[in-house]
Amino acid sequence: MLKVRVIPTLLWKQFGLVKGVGFDSWRRVGPVLPAVKVYNQREVDELILVDIVAHLSSDDPDFESINEFGQDCFVPLTVGGGVSRIDQVQRLLRAGADKVCVNTFIYERPLLVSEIANRHGVQCVVASIDVRSDPDMGWQCFSRAGKQATGREVCAWARELEDRGAGEILITSIDRDGTLQGYDLALIETVVNAVKIPVIASGGAGTYQHMVEAVKYAGASAVAAASMFHFTEQTPAGAKLALAQANIPVRQNFVPAGAT
Amino acid sequence: MKVGVLDYGVGNLGSVMRALEELQATPLFISRAVDIHDADCLILPGVGHFADCARLLEDGGWSSALRDEVLGNNRPLLGVCVGMQLLATYSMEGVDESYPNGILGLDLVPGMVEHLRVMGCPLRVPHVGWNSIKCVAPIPSLLDGISDGTDFYFVHSYAFNAKNPSDVIATVDYGVEVAAAIQHANIWGTQFHPEKSSRAGLRILQNFIFKNLC
Repeated sequence: MLKVRVIPTLLWKQFGLVKGVGFDSWRRVGPVLPAVKVYNQREVDELILVDIVAHLSSDDPDFESINEFGQDCFVPLTVGGGVSRIDQVQRLLRAGADKVCVNTFIYERPLLVSEIANRHGVQCVVASIDVRSDPDMGWQCFSRAGKQATGREVCAWARELEDRGAGEILITSIDRDGTLQGYDLALIETVVNAVKIPVIASGGAGTYQHMVEAVKYAGASAVAAASMFHFTEQTPAGAKLALAQANIPVRQNFVPAGAT
Repeated sequence: MKVGVLDYGVGNLGSVMRALEELQATPLFISRAVDIHDADCLILPGVGHFADCARLLEDGGWSSALRDEVLGNNRPLLGVCVGMQLLATYSMEGVDESYPNGILGLDLVPGMVEHLRVMGCPLRVPHVGWNSIKCVAPIPSLLDGISDGTDFYFVHSYAFNAKNPSDVIATVDYGVEVAAAIQHANIWGTQFHPEKSSRAGLRILQNFIFKNLC
């Protein structure tokens, strides 16, 4: 049976990890490499690592840093930030990424999604969508780390990305981001119902119960969290225990056959 | 032990190399088909689109080099994810008007690659995440130390439909039961990513490299 994934999201900027509230008021959290190492040792299900300022420059993603961050990571690593061309994807995969996360530049050139899917497979493309609630369209998509309104409604955009070859949707509520008040369950459920690919819930997780709700009531295939793991005592292992107690299947750590 | 990782233009090569280094093996990036003889065993990495991968293998001279090395010299080969699918006779991934009957694979393990939906999967595709495998008894050496029900990391939309059921050494259930691992003589494949399956995955790679398979 497929397990529900608990995914720490690591946002980085220049030299270290950061975390904000509502995609703003960024706080420094600490260096990236030790965080990746610790999560790897604790056998988290997956990691998402996004450079939140890469889209501001026309330079390539920082392959060298990503190479360094991924050196001790033996769980799936999704890397995003500033991905604008297909040739960058191959370099990210060489640097230690297993999947790439695309966001800002696909609004300008949605074809990028198809290009990546046709070379590296649908399963390699995680389409990240950042939204704010909107009185007219329900939820509006924003690019450039939440700064730029795109005029696109979330369901139509999610469906277009699925059609173009996205393998997963990472849906983040900017309104809930960093608040620890819980995921926007209505948003997640709406996106889950709009597409047939897996949806990762993001933005607002503050307790294990929030994760249970995102899976049970909104249908998320995976739950991502940042502030909850950075700023509270809660851990991915604790989250999996809570999910298991709610009868949601989670991965157990490996025990070799015959080991006592 | 020199483990050749085929660098034919796709694949999460960084992750595969790191896993091999972690196991104290000597990974070799093989970026030209003529250098394929330098390794003790070979890994054909995954993360790719079948049609594109098959074209890259053919254009780069990899297909014939691989067949010579694996069939002629009995070199052990492990295909990972789409690398396992490429071992098949043909695949339906990338089928269009010009190739209505499937894209030819390496034809090292008889079988065809089909979309999970075509195989009857009613769930969300791609199949992404950790899923438990069921070993087909007796436990083959690639799966030594792996208990039934161990979770591995899968991320795929297509699956390997083996012509000979006996080539399937482990299965996974995702609304439909599909091959999780295959073996055909000295040729092995895993649909999951051992290099990304934490300690369980490293155990599989260790078995492949050090358990007399190579």
